[in-house]
Amino acid sequence: MRYLPQTKNARAAMLKTIGVGSIDDLYADVPATEMGHKFNLPDHRGELEVERHLNAYANQNHAASAGPFFLGAGAYYHHIPASVDYIIQRSEFLTAYTPYQPEIAQGTLQAIFEFQTLIAQLTGQEVANASMYDGATACTEAALMALRVTKRKKIVIGNALHPDYRAVLKSYMANFDGEVEITNLHPLPQSFSLEGEGSGAKAKQGEGEIDKNTACVIIQSPDFYGQPHKYENLRKACDETGALLIVVVNEIVSLGLLPAPAQADIVCGEAQSIGLPLSFGGPYLGFFACKEKYLRQMPGRLCGMTEDANGKRGFVLTLSTREQHIRRDKATSNICTNQGLCALAFTVHMSLLGEDGFKRLARLNHEAACNLADALSALPNIKIRNDVYFNEFVVELPVNAAEAVEKLAAKGIIAGLPLTNNPPSLEGGGQGEGVSSATSLTPTLSPGGEGALLVCATEMTTDADIESLTAALKEVLA
Amino acid sequence: MAELKFTTDHEAIYIDGDTAWVGITEYAREALGDLVFVELPEIGRQVSKGDEFAVVESVKTAAEVYSPVDGEVVEANDNMEGDLELIAKPLADGGWIAKIKISDPAQLGDLMDEAAYKDYLKTLD
Amino acid sequence: MNNIPQMSSRTPQAEGSHANKGDSSHALGMTANDDNHALHYEENLLWEKERCDHPGVDLPAPAGMPLRTGQQAREDIGLPQVSEPQALRHFVRMSTWNYSIDHGFFPLGSCTMKHNPRLNEKLARLPGFAHLHPLQPESTTQGALALMYELQNWLAELTNLPGVCLSPAAGAHGELAGMMTIARAHEQKGQGAKRKIVLTPDSAHGTNPATATTCGFEVRNIPTKDTGMLTVEAFKEALYKTDPKGADIAGMMVTNPNTCGLFEKDIAVIADLLHEVGGYFYMDGANFNALVGKIRPGDFGVDVMHINLHKTFSTPHGGGGPGSGPICCTEELARYMPVPTVIKAPHLNPLPQGRGDSESVSSSAPSPHRGEGRGGGASYYYKLETNEDRPETCGRLKGFHGQFGMHVRALAYMLSHGADGLKQVSEDAVLNANYILRSLENDYHAPFAHQGPCMHEALLTDKRQKEQGVQTLDIAKALIEKGFHPMTVYFPLVVPGTMLIEPTETESKDSLDRFITAMKDIAGEAASRADAEEHFHAFPLSTPRRRLDEVKAARQPVLRWK
Repeated sequence: MRYLPQTKNARAAMLKTIGVGSIDDLYADVPATEMGHKFNLPDHRGELEVERHLNAYANQNHAASAGPFFLGAGAYYHHIPASVDYIIQRSEFLTAYTPYQPEIAQGTLQAIFEFQTLIAQLTGQEVANASMYDGATACTEAALMALRVTKRKKIVIGNALHPDYRAVLKSYMANFDGEVEITNLHPLPQSFSLEGEGSGAKAKQGEGEIDKNTACVIIQSPDFYGQPHKYENLRKACDETGALLIVVVNEIVSLGLLPAPAQADIVCGEAQSIGLPLSFGGPYLGFFACKEKYLRQMPGRLCGMTEDANGKRGFVLTLSTREQHIRRDKATSNICTNQGLCALAFTVHMSLLGEDGFKRLARLNHEAACNLADALSALPNIKIRNDVYFNEFVVELPVNAAEAVEKLAAKGIIAGLPLTNNPPSLEGGGQGEGVSSATSLTPTLSPGGEGALLVCATEMTTDADIESLTAALKEVLA
Repeated sequence: MAELKFTTDHEAIYIDGDTAWVGITEYAREALGDLVFVELPEIGRQVSKGDEFAVVESVKTAAEVYSPVDGEVVEANDNMEGDLELIAKPLADGGWIAKIKISDPAQLGDLMDEAAYKDYLKTLD
Repeated sequence: MNNIPQMSSRTPQAEGSHANKGDSSHALGMTANDDNHALHYEENLLWEKERCDHPGVDLPAPAGMPLRTGQQAREDIGLPQVSEPQALRHFVRMSTWNYSIDHGFFPLGSCTMKHNPRLNEKLARLPGFAHLHPLQPESTTQGALALMYELQNWLAELTNLPGVCLSPAAGAHGELAGMMTIARAHEQKGQGAKRKIVLTPDSAHGTNPATATTCGFEVRNIPTKDTGMLTVEAFKEALYKTDPKGADIAGMMVTNPNTCGLFEKDIAVIADLLHEVGGYFYMDGANFNALVGKIRPGDFGVDVMHINLHKTFSTPHGGGGPGSGPICCTEELARYMPVPTVIKAPHLNPLPQGRGDSESVSSSAPSPHRGEGRGGGASYYYKLETNEDRPETCGRLKGFHGQFGMHVRALAYMLSHGADGLKQVSEDAVLNANYILRSLENDYHAPFAHQGPCMHEALLTDKRQKEQGVQTLDIAKALIEKGFHPMTVYFPLVVPGTMLIEPTETESKDSLDRFITAMKDIAGEAASRADAEEHFHAFPLSTPRRRLDEVKAARQPVLRWK
């Protein structure tokens, strides 16, 4: 009861002021049959007991910090400076609400304005919003915005989009009763994909083509297999047809080394890598940037600069007539919150990194991946599938990758994501409704299949980690 | 002969022959406060009476503007995008949002004249 | 036109001063860094600081290997650069411009700004949670999955709705998950094309109609004006409006207690009528704090609802997120929920469907770690149920498994309060709101006060003060000047000039009394001052910034530093 300040005396005095005899008199509108339920739940517990209970859960998990770690696939293990967590745990940021009263929320608002600027600069775009739930929903919101802007109903996926992003896109689009078509670019240019992909035959005329019915083309870079892409040809195709080019980035550190996707109409994705721990998948930080001409079709919160009654610069949430609390059923999105504190963590971390630190971080990630690739390709019968990569790539093992990952986990090494039984297929799956089973990314434990393994290295990866992996792999492959 | 007409939704209409110049009434302007944006209709769009064809926005409100008649949008007031204060001018003097070519003049009979609109305003809170 | 606002939307400075200030004053030089005094500090944007020649982190030098990216290295980004002390000072100074729960009373209606225990923060940062990757082999994440499973069971027990999906990222996202679950159910029954209408009261949160539209439904409003409540008559009229059998109805979205702070006393009857025509009842759980540990939504006919972990279960609002909006639903709807959910499966023989066991929460506490997972000999393990296990699902709505960090915090809060504490939570929340209502009903117009008690929110309006030219917005700004965060203003829309006050259970009588005194003072000043209008329009005076020109912000949007 430590969180409750009311005393017995205070409660009695208040009931008297209200003019009722007991607390249940205040529930007079609730039918008696719905009152008095005995919950099958334990009673309150002290801090120590709660800590013990949750510590027990935490101790059952194998944390990324507990050993060599090579898993990425849309969530990345990076170092977070101590100052980041200190700042975001300050009461003034942690326990504030959405800045609806700007006179007493300028700290949150200026931080959002700085976040929007950082995202716009990193993506080479003109404007950015105050953040989205995560990369997958940001990608879907980008596609929804393209449908609104172009008033068209066809979405073309240009390459190996993260399977969760694809699945979320499909689920949302199912709400349009089959009116929205999601199709894979056909044929996939060779440089866009790993060997063997996109070879499926075109089912019907127009499928997989960027044409006058196309609302947008979505391309992820680096793609799910870690391969960076260029967009010149797609930009041209979009210009010719009026489709929007959406570039998805789910390892935002890559933007410190790869050219800015400035040619895109919308750049969106996941910014968890800067400032946010892995936290078993969330909360993360979706970002959303675009060209200014699409501003009024953007989803989510926006913070703008203005001045106060004394002429001093200040910040407010603005252009909110796009949003649900005003536009109701005509809103650009039903989104209400952003990921405020996550955006703050990102902003603090970026301010510490600065231009030089951010670029150096990107370079260190890339070199770690290069070192990992060199070490793995020195092992017999192991092939690196990517020609190019940033900090992640696919390696082909001569054994079942899922089994290998389990064996390595037993040795305390998290080796990567097996693509064995659940490759993030470019084929959509499903029969026109709902979500494809092929879009699940859950690492499966069942045997069989091939040896494809998605591995990642970051600035956290040491030479010793790589040596542990290669040594353990030798045993597993023996 | 030109005359002003009004709707219960606070559209103001200036009838210029077979064309209706549509804007919003002073009452609506005051209720909305300072406008920050006007979304204009596409030229050539066919509208039915009661269709939403434009949106006027203040900071906290987006109000749809409905067509008072069936017809075709023949002109939109592009000047308004750069100068939102125009909305406060008399319709014939730049305060119109769009011009609609009237396809059924009989519908004009459903609209209020100035005296009727003033009476109607008195019935509002 | 529609949406003519209920209040006259003065410009923030009230005198429309933006109009004669000219646009050139948008210059970035507007900052006043030399305006510091005592503990009040100005602080420029990061880009306006002198660039430090080294960053605020020390990273090893790269080896200079040739690039394998296939592309040129990125050129100048234009990022600012400061040292660590400069960065810290920057954000600490900015933090001092914010009001927060830890400062004081935060009676923001429908937002449930309650105390955020720091124990929750500590536990979410345990390495076994914070450094856990969502795609590790399940054998290495059994503790996290067991935690999610326990949270699912708590929510199921508290709502009497056995199907739980934790993945939605926020309340509005939970609404979407719930309504897509309903859409999927109709579709699987072959009724998808027929049932397109969703009923909502006109007092609904804006997210409700926005969500319904996102799901492809058409929204039909039910008027509640006079009593602030749904009536059986108004509901029936909406239900049978276009089909005498209601065969075009997909469902309804209702907040209970509603946005006027009242318990819908006819809700069980209304739910029965809805179920008779084949519709489903979605409950917006934003106001669950009035019910938690005391009343179960499943008992008054709810089919599916979302829970705001950041409201009812104390996870921090963080200046606008992250939230977390799990949904709970009936056994019938459970198969249609989004994926993933956590199930308990016999070892090596995963359950094909559903959480078959109805084991109680208390019996599972805290014995989740019977050595299953690697090297263990347990009889079951936890696994994520995906669309392969549950093919009728409406699909995946979020990357990975949801806002896990919020799940940890919420469970820590539930365990701390327990059944007895949670019951006390809702009782104190309701007691506090009624105390405010009765203490202020003679000073402010309280349109529903004569009907009886409210639940966890008290609704007042500016009807009396407006006669003196003092509006709800002015009252809010005057409260800021007196050191309080304002209540929710101009929502719900059913009454003009609403002030929705939600004190929550984490305020003492003393704290409430101070607020009541401040509100009485404001009412007194509004009534007695000849210059009330002018006096109030100037507020707030002592804040880091005074009223901001929102018209200027919207007319010429400046959304980034350049």
